[in-house]
Amino acid sequence: MDVLDFLLDFLRAILAASPPILFAVLGETITERAGVTNLSLNGSIMLSAMVGFAATVATGSLVVGFLAAMLVGAIVALTVAFASLTLYLPQVATGFVLTLLCRDLAYVLGNPYADKPAILVPHTPIPVLVDIPVIGPILFDQDPIVYLSLLAIVLVWVYMFKTRPGLVLQGLGERPAASFARGANVNLLRSIYTAIGGALVGFGGASFSLLVSAGWSRVKGIDGIGWIALAIVIFGNWQPIRAAFGVYLFVALQQLAGKVQSVVPLGSTDFLPRLPFALMILTLLLVTVGNAEWVARLLADLPPGPRRVLTRTIQWLQTSPPAALGTLLKKE
Amino acid sequence: MKKSGRTRAETIAAEWGLRLAGVVAALILSALVLLVLGVSPFRVAWIILSAAFGSPSGISGVLSLWMPLLLCAAGLLFTFSAGMWNIGIEGQIAIGAVVATGTILLLRDVLPPAAVLPLAALGGMLGGALWALLVGLLRLYGNVNEIFGGLGLNFLADGLILYLVKGPWGQPGRSATSGMEPFPPALWLPALPSWSIGPWQVPALNVSPIELLLGLMAIVAVALALRGTHFGLRLKAIGKNLRSAFLLGVSTTRHLLVSFALCGALAGLAGWMLVVGPNTRHQLLPQISSGIGFLAILVVLLVSLNAWWALPVTFFFAAIAKGSSLRPTMELGLDSAVGGVIQGLLVLFILLAQGLQNRFLQREGG
Amino acid sequence: MKVELLDIHKHFGPVRANDGISLCVEPGTIHALLGENGAGKSTLMKVLSGFFSADRGTILLDGRPVSMDSPSQAIACGVGMLHQDPLDFPALSVLDNYLLGSPGRFFPDRGRGRRALLSLAAQFDFHLHPEARVAALSIGERQQLEILRLLWLGVQVLILDEPTTAISAQQKEKLFAALRQLAAQGRTVIFVSHKLAEVEELCQRVTVLSHGRVAGEAAIPCATEHLVRMMFGQEIAQSKRPPTPLGEVVLELDRLTVSDWRLEVKDLSLQVRAGEVIGLAGLEGSGQRLVLQACAGLRRPQAGRISLGGRDFTGRPYSRFLDAGVAYMPAGRLEEGLIPGMTLTEHVALASRSRAFLVDWKAAGQTTAERIRQYNIVGTPASPVESLSGGNQQRTLLGLLPPYLQVLLMEHPTRGLDIESTEYIWQQLQQRTQQGTAILFASADLDELLDRSDRLLVFFAGRVKELDARTTSVQQLGEWIGGKGFDG
Repeated sequence: MDVLDFLLDFLRAILAASPPILFAVLGETITERAGVTNLSLNGSIMLSAMVGFAATVATGSLVVGFLAAMLVGAIVALTVAFASLTLYLPQVATGFVLTLLCRDLAYVLGNPYADKPAILVPHTPIPVLVDIPVIGPILFDQDPIVYLSLLAIVLVWVYMFKTRPGLVLQGLGERPAASFARGANVNLLRSIYTAIGGALVGFGGASFSLLVSAGWSRVKGIDGIGWIALAIVIFGNWQPIRAAFGVYLFVALQQLAGKVQSVVPLGSTDFLPRLPFALMILTLLLVTVGNAEWVARLLADLPPGPRRVLTRTIQWLQTSPPAALGTLLKKE
Repeated sequence: MKKSGRTRAETIAAEWGLRLAGVVAALILSALVLLVLGVSPFRVAWIILSAAFGSPSGISGVLSLWMPLLLCAAGLLFTFSAGMWNIGIEGQIAIGAVVATGTILLLRDVLPPAAVLPLAALGGMLGGALWALLVGLLRLYGNVNEIFGGLGLNFLADGLILYLVKGPWGQPGRSATSGMEPFPPALWLPALPSWSIGPWQVPALNVSPIELLLGLMAIVAVALALRGTHFGLRLKAIGKNLRSAFLLGVSTTRHLLVSFALCGALAGLAGWMLVVGPNTRHQLLPQISSGIGFLAILVVLLVSLNAWWALPVTFFFAAIAKGSSLRPTMELGLDSAVGGVIQGLLVLFILLAQGLQNRFLQREGG
Repeated sequence: MKVELLDIHKHFGPVRANDGISLCVEPGTIHALLGENGAGKSTLMKVLSGFFSADRGTILLDGRPVSMDSPSQAIACGVGMLHQDPLDFPALSVLDNYLLGSPGRFFPDRGRGRRALLSLAAQFDFHLHPEARVAALSIGERQQLEILRLLWLGVQVLILDEPTTAISAQQKEKLFAALRQLAAQGRTVIFVSHKLAEVEELCQRVTVLSHGRVAGEAAIPCATEHLVRMMFGQEIAQSKRPPTPLGEVVLELDRLTVSDWRLEVKDLSLQVRAGEVIGLAGLEGSGQRLVLQACAGLRRPQAGRISLGGRDFTGRPYSRFLDAGVAYMPAGRLEEGLIPGMTLTEHVALASRSRAFLVDWKAAGQTTAERIRQYNIVGTPASPVESLSGGNQQRTLLGLLPPYLQVLLMEHPTRGLDIESTEYIWQQLQQRTQQGTAILFASADLDELLDRSDRLLVFFAGRVKELDARTTSVQQLGEWIGGKGFDG
């Protein structure tokens, strides 16, 4: 019974801690599907977390807080889009500068709000549903933001793969020339989707300071989340469901590290929280290496049985970015 | 060659005018940020400047930060020339510090400090180079974008330091949260004593002439290498057009890996400085690179491969960073990241200005 | 729908791609647009299909003037173009490609779309699987999909740009049958091509473009010589090369097979002697580039052997080929050959492949100045290479070659050069052949090919025919390039 309880609790905790990264990953997936890389994620999550918290403290309204955070996320993302689409600056350069700038802005502007009492999104278990054995407590004994996050996965998936404009979105990052030939205003759409993606990132930031790790202060563990989100977008092969799986995997590792640390209270385990970060990014190797020439040559040397299995697995793991990610469609 | 419609002088004037506009915009925005917080921008400017330059300790602090920053910027000039984004530089600094520390721990009882310290420097450079090489290999053979490879290795390096410092290298017998025992002064780089030229007395500065020498040598060497060696020329070619460089006979894979290794070596040397320098905590610490690597990236973005400009810009950035991290700033209620805000805004707006220039003030070619 | 183009002008900088072209196509016909590479066919059709706006001129559809500022506007007016590389989305499915861009509900009715796709496909005997990824389809199938899509969107004028370049014979038959059906339905088909046999087989009328202008029009059936003369001009060239004594075999291809995603050159065997000049004729994309790249070590052959000076070099890396005295001059000057942002002197220093540590800038500058004189380059050693004109860039590329070479492989060595430069360059190349360099060059200029080569290899859809340059006439060469003479 104890093991089952532990497991259920663990799964509940994963879900509860996932919204910040999940929204950021969903948002960036949309942005990158449109063909833009928003490297400023780490900074803009922190800035929107701070702004969300500050706005909530200032107005007393959680809704205002979330909206303010979304606005900040959208503005930062639009800056990258503007610099790239209008000024032809490399997206990586602008994104990198913004990631540092936004982080520092968050620290500076957030100083007055440090360690102010936290206003939290209230815990809202859903009656009836929460009593379903096993999955009930995991899925339905959460905060509204968690419910929203689950909804968001579904909505993004439906939009991207089941609607007409979603099809256009897929085409934007894949082959903007063909999108243009089919009537799409490529730069306008790219800007819009970048803003939407940025707004989702901002929402994720707000859900950090208003939900998962209440309040704002310098050492809250939010630094680094944005980089992970970028990696998970790749791991998720730019698909919302596989990306969500990556998010849960990462959060699970984080939770595990935390549990081990709490059980072994010596400082010697202080490095554990770093590991999920490092591991997640190194798993990228798994999902990109399969396309390398030397791998193909190695596989060719294997006997047919294991070769087929290995090739199948490697192919399934492999990710391929939207073909036109980071490129611009310039007028002839 | 006359450009159509404008002379060469006009073009240069326009370039600098735009850059100046960028600087002004950045300063205005910084001021706005401060005003929002209810703090006078002029007061902050004064505090930063006086903290940085107003006392020997301030100046020492700036110089001690300047040198590692300069080393990193010098190394990054190699990778940026080749078109690579070496975000992993933070980890390379860290590993350099780790190997340097390890070397000292290993040899401190066996060799005199005069031998231990240089060996530690070599160890740090080797460690940094290998760590950077990993990024290159991940990129060239694993198809992992060097940004993410670098990030992952950054986290790994930081985790390694945490493990070492709280674990095997930590102070025995004391609570494991307190870290390593700092190195004794014998194992520090010697600081600059006070000296006099004629009637003037130059106060003692807590920075080592060795650091100054190494940093300046590095940037000079890199600047000269980029302009005057075949290696530098080939890196430049790779960065501008990989395919053409390849067709012209440049072995692109080898050059890319070497550029990573060189950058890592310089970063590793910076890591060594952060452990044995006179103006440090004299020990391996978590987060020892403290953002120096990323700051160096900002510098290189700003000077865009004009190596000589890295000298003043790194100095300027070091001054801002130091000046904003000392007590007077805190007393104003400002977070020490205010320096980062100023630096970030400067780079952002100068980049935007350069973008404007490239896009809308096209030079007319022949 | 009747299509009329009146006095269309389109230029790109100094290049006049379309210099006053007027054209009339009747509904219910298949009209061919014939011409060499660079004659202006693609540009004209891009104007007609909304990708470009003409600088001057009018377009009339069914007698009404229209202005089509974008491809989707053109489709709305009923004009659609099938590009040589269809503008589709390789990562998406056939059905998704079909639906993308079509008007309709927020939640597309995939069932309806699938049925429409399959029934339309059945009309033309196309077999497409709706769930297949487009990246896995052959070019012929991708074309079929695009045609169906355009038809579904109501296109009345269908333009096809070199559609048969990389499709199988079977797919070609299906395509032609479909086009005939469309014409019979009253639609207008414009067939852009350089392949004489196909034009004669499929089309009712033909307009020939040359150098941006209409060189002539004719009704099919029409004598092939007439078409060739309109395409390539009237001169009959004399071979000006004195016979040069040839040396040993320096390059040997033994049953070489090279391919890329579009094309395959199979079983090519060739022996090239020192001092020999071999011209590779044929329109772009027929396989010359593949062979040149294989000979340079830039492309691994699928089968066969490459030997240099008797030693087997198959599969060796490019640097070994360079060391062995092979040089490759690509066609894309700024994309593949030169480095925008670097000066002439820097290029010279780079190309020297020096093993020295330091760059001797003084010596490099002197060498650069010499090369500038030698090749009459308009520029200074400090000029950034992108500031040079196209012709001067080409000369720079030549100037970067090492002094002695065993084999020189060139794609389009004199493209865009004036007569004087061309003559000068061939003088230089002549000197090299006296020294024993073997030259293989691809060109679109028939006179150049006939004048300068000892032997010719004519490429057509991956097939190769060897001809003796001295005994071939322009007429014959033009026919071979257009595909006549290759069986099938």
